[in-house]
Amino acid sequence: MKGVYTWGGILAITLASVVGDVLLAHAMKQVGDVGALWRNSGLVAVIRRTLGNPYFFLGVLAMAVAFFSLLFALSWGDVSLVGPAAASLTYIGNAVAAKIFLHEWVDRRRWIAATLVAAGVALLAG
Amino acid sequence: MFAAAGDSMLSHGMKQTGNISLNHLQGVIFAILNPWVAIGILLLLAFFATYMTALSWADLTYVLPATSLGYVLLALVAKFLLHEHISPLRWLGIALITGGVGFIAGGPALTQHHDATEPVSEPCGAAATPSFDSAQDKLVAETARNGAPSRVKS
Repeated sequence: MKGVYTWGGILAITLASVVGDVLLAHAMKQVGDVGALWRNSGLVAVIRRTLGNPYFFLGVLAMAVAFFSLLFALSWGDVSLVGPAAASLTYIGNAVAAKIFLHEWVDRRRWIAATLVAAGVALLAG
Repeated sequence: MFAAAGDSMLSHGMKQTGNISLNHLQGVIFAILNPWVAIGILLLLAFFATYMTALSWADLTYVLPATSLGYVLLALVAKFLLHEHISPLRWLGIALITGGVGFIAGGPALTQHHDATEPVSEPCGAAATPSFDSAQDKLVAETARNGAPSRVKS
């Protein structure tokens, strides 16, 4: 039963992380280049524009769900399983979601990169 | 580094806190009060700020794999500063991550999207999967038909 809870937690972390990453990436694209905005308008303008974006809040909400899922999963399972499994699945899930929802140009180079990184993280953190 | 260090501290703190039951959710509050968990949260906030900055000028599929270099840095710190043993399997993991990041680093950081005012290539609502761009396209098409949008999208 503990294994079911652990994998349920891993899937919850992955799903919430992917949703959060996509929403935050979309929000920051709407905000624009933070460095240029900071130079031109100051830090207050950066903060105001970021916090005023509704996608940012939805993204943070999804990330909060991912964070608490991580806490639950870590209390049920070993970090050597939860960490690499959730991270690896998140890299692959993000590549799929970014292509579908953000219309990013995920070419063969980026697919290979996401797969290599996911495998590498699984080996390194496992 | 912020993410890797933050995750490590969270793990250490959660092991001190013990199991959290779904029937006793107040255990989450006590977990956050644990100093290791609190420091882990602060480090993850620092990671979040730098991550947001990177996402403002680069694609998600470019930034996210690049953040995995933190795992490599942490392993190298463990090897050369803390003199921990790194197994051959972990060296293979380091090589895979480095290779993966090298792959994306050689490509463009940002996908160039067509301007939203350009003609819409797909009919409105035809896409099987909803997307942000299709919502924007729908607004543009609605504007062209009615002269004014029914809602304003930022």
